[in-house]
Amino acid sequence: MSTSRWIRWIWPAVPIVGALVVTSLLLFLFGAAPFEAFQAMYQGAFGDQSKTLSVLAFWIPLLLSSTGLLITFRAGLWNIGIEGQIVMGALAASWVALSLEAPAAVLITLEIVAAMAGGALWGALSAVLKTRGKVHEIFSGLALNSIAIIFTNYLISGPWQPPEGGSFRGTAPFQPSALLPLFANSRFSPLSLILAVVAFILVVIALRGTFWGLKLKAIGKNLRSAFLLGVSSEREMILAMMFCGALAGLGGAVRTLSWFDSLRQSISGGIGFMALMVVMLANYRIFLVPFIAFFFSAVLNGSITLQLRTQLHSSLGGILTELMVLFVLLFGDAAKLGIFRKKDDDG
Amino acid sequence: MQIELRDIRKYFGPVKANDGINLTFEGGRIYGLLGENGAGKSTLMKILSGYQPPDAGEIEFDNQPQHFSSPADALVKGIGMLYQDPLDVPAFSVNDNYLLGRDQRVVLDYQSASQELREMTSRFDFQLDLQTSIENLSLGERQQLELARLLVGGAQVLILDEPTTGISAEQKEVLFDSMRKLARDEGKTLILVSHKLDEVQELCDQAMVLRRGKIVGQTDIPCPNEKLVEMMFGQVPERGARPDFKLGDPVLELVDLRVPTYRLTIENINLLVKQGEIFGLAGLEGSGQRLLLQACAGLLHPDQGKIRLADQDVSGWSYHHMQSAGVGYSAAGRLEEGLVAGLTLAEHVELAQPKHRFFIDWKGLTAKTTTKIEQYQIVGRPDSTADELSGGNQQRLLFALLREDLKLLLLEHPTRGLDVRSSDWIWEQLYHRREDGTAIIFMSSDLDELFDRSDRIAVFSGGVMSRILDTKDTSVDEIGHLIGGQA
Repeated sequence: MSTSRWIRWIWPAVPIVGALVVTSLLLFLFGAAPFEAFQAMYQGAFGDQSKTLSVLAFWIPLLLSSTGLLITFRAGLWNIGIEGQIVMGALAASWVALSLEAPAAVLITLEIVAAMAGGALWGALSAVLKTRGKVHEIFSGLALNSIAIIFTNYLISGPWQPPEGGSFRGTAPFQPSALLPLFANSRFSPLSLILAVVAFILVVIALRGTFWGLKLKAIGKNLRSAFLLGVSSEREMILAMMFCGALAGLGGAVRTLSWFDSLRQSISGGIGFMALMVVMLANYRIFLVPFIAFFFSAVLNGSITLQLRTQLHSSLGGILTELMVLFVLLFGDAAKLGIFRKKDDDG
Repeated sequence: MQIELRDIRKYFGPVKANDGINLTFEGGRIYGLLGENGAGKSTLMKILSGYQPPDAGEIEFDNQPQHFSSPADALVKGIGMLYQDPLDVPAFSVNDNYLLGRDQRVVLDYQSASQELREMTSRFDFQLDLQTSIENLSLGERQQLELARLLVGGAQVLILDEPTTGISAEQKEVLFDSMRKLARDEGKTLILVSHKLDEVQELCDQAMVLRRGKIVGQTDIPCPNEKLVEMMFGQVPERGARPDFKLGDPVLELVDLRVPTYRLTIENINLLVKQGEIFGLAGLEGSGQRLLLQACAGLLHPDQGKIRLADQDVSGWSYHHMQSAGVGYSAAGRLEEGLVAGLTLAEHVELAQPKHRFFIDWKGLTAKTTTKIEQYQIVGRPDSTADELSGGNQQRLLFALLREDLKLLLLEHPTRGLDVRSSDWIWEQLYHRREDGTAIIFMSSDLDELFDRSDRIAVFSGGVMSRILDTKDTSVDEIGHLIGGQA
């Protein structure tokens, strides 16, 4: 028993090592030195204080989204629409930032509330389409993602275009009091870190200690049995999607109010999809999520400077992380490979 | 071919499913493998058919040691197993399914496949439409298809795991005839896993009895039923007598009920069930009795007529609404409709509570679950998951989850797949409930159970409910005719 428990603990390392090996082979193939490349990546992520802060700043919306996904995955929902929920959160925050004038504390509070409501609304739409319209959440999620992005493009090239003329790049920078207070001239906002930590703790408590968390688990594992045991699956599914959407929306607000200073065309930059990969790589284990999200952030930020130092393209970071996800999908479910044999029932 | 099992051992944690089993099977004979639930029959047959390896011990064919890497490997070596639920692909046609297991080439040879299948089916009088898809076949027909596939695959030894559960009497005859033919004329070895003594008496040459992972006896058939029962249970259990009970006020009243579904519609249902009454529903699977139970549970809604629960009109109430009004429902598929695989016993107990607090009191819950485990004699711990339990223990868990004070309890096959002792225990619990005034409506395909347990019986046939029969004034013969649709 103890060996299998030990294997279970180090199991998440297997896809990481596997992906590193394959990426190294790829680098060899292109005549580059893998060690140098990885070293350059590390330098790019943690080489000086501003780089480390960048990693932190990128990590927070990713962590918020991944944390939200823990809830929907627990309920057995594939919340592909999380990307759109991030965008809607950013839109709602931008709307407050552009249309109101107030002291920073009031304005920021309103922006955060609006962002969470916007994300939750987008999540609820997907959920209601599922429970009432029998549309699978993957398909409604994809559609709602596109709609959110198209809506953003309309706003920044139309009603919210900067005074100097419409472009597809973004709105004019928001008033300073609308932006999150930043740490030492970086894109990192300590306030967003506090919010992310609080959200994470709340989700841990919800999943481990509350009846709601148990209901989600039952729904996720067997909808029919859960219903017969007395769980109202429709309500819980909608709530789960709204909860996740709210956290994703908050992530969107962090993106627009601290990473950027305005609403941009690619405000999310694929953080939602990345969060899906984070949770899958963590194999749905709560406490691995922050670390893996941080690792993703480091790899992606580290590879930005890759091209400057070596002759390699910055997409190497993307290749590395996506290979990891592939390896997780291959090896992640150790039980399926028969490494941990489940008890066979005898009848 | 002679098959020898030597000192087969298989442990699951502390449970010794197979504890040193020695058996010999000869060609041309039909063996019955008997034992109560959890005795280790399925484990042993899964080992013999290559589904799982033993922890220790050897399998020999004609003194040649054998190892199987998979069921397919075992079939190549001559062992085929017919599972309770045939392993076929529902959307495929009969022909495609047959080819799926057989043909390894890129271009499939449909013609010779249907030729082979036709020969096989006519040899055993199987009635199979080769063009139809699996979904349209009955369980018995799917079994016949699977049997044909195993035989063409080269099975010398056929293991049949409870093959008569859920098939018609006619199909049972065909199955038994073909089993006899295979043993007598073709010298194959057949192993029937069962806990139905009558079938073993009717078909087998020899019976082997398993108890707690060990072989406790072998005997030639025929032999007295009592001898087999004694070997299975250690003693002859008496079937619990049904205590007489004075019925109380009306609990459930159905008036001109009509419940339409996509497949079948039941209509003109009139029924009055009183406190403490046990009402049995007979009929072939899919004749409408399940629809009636689901309508009473609020899972299906009538488009005509009324459902009254203790003088309140509850037609159209949702399942959860009915649940809080005191209606309990337990479906036939334990892990599909009732329990959640992967959730622990404690988590099940918490979910099934009528009232909840926001935070779960894990300590109190564990204590509560431990009490339930003792009370319902479940072999498991509060942190065992439902799928780790054996079938009989899953059934006990389902009963443990039913709320205490029920007005009406609706049960589908309450003792299906359970041995005599477990089902007796279940009924004892149900008798306690009737004493508290709960009315029980149950459906069963076991006529003995219906006769022994019910106060009154109604028979469903093709969506039509028969007149209501008093158990005292009816006979098996009458019920049999009604099941067949003869009024």
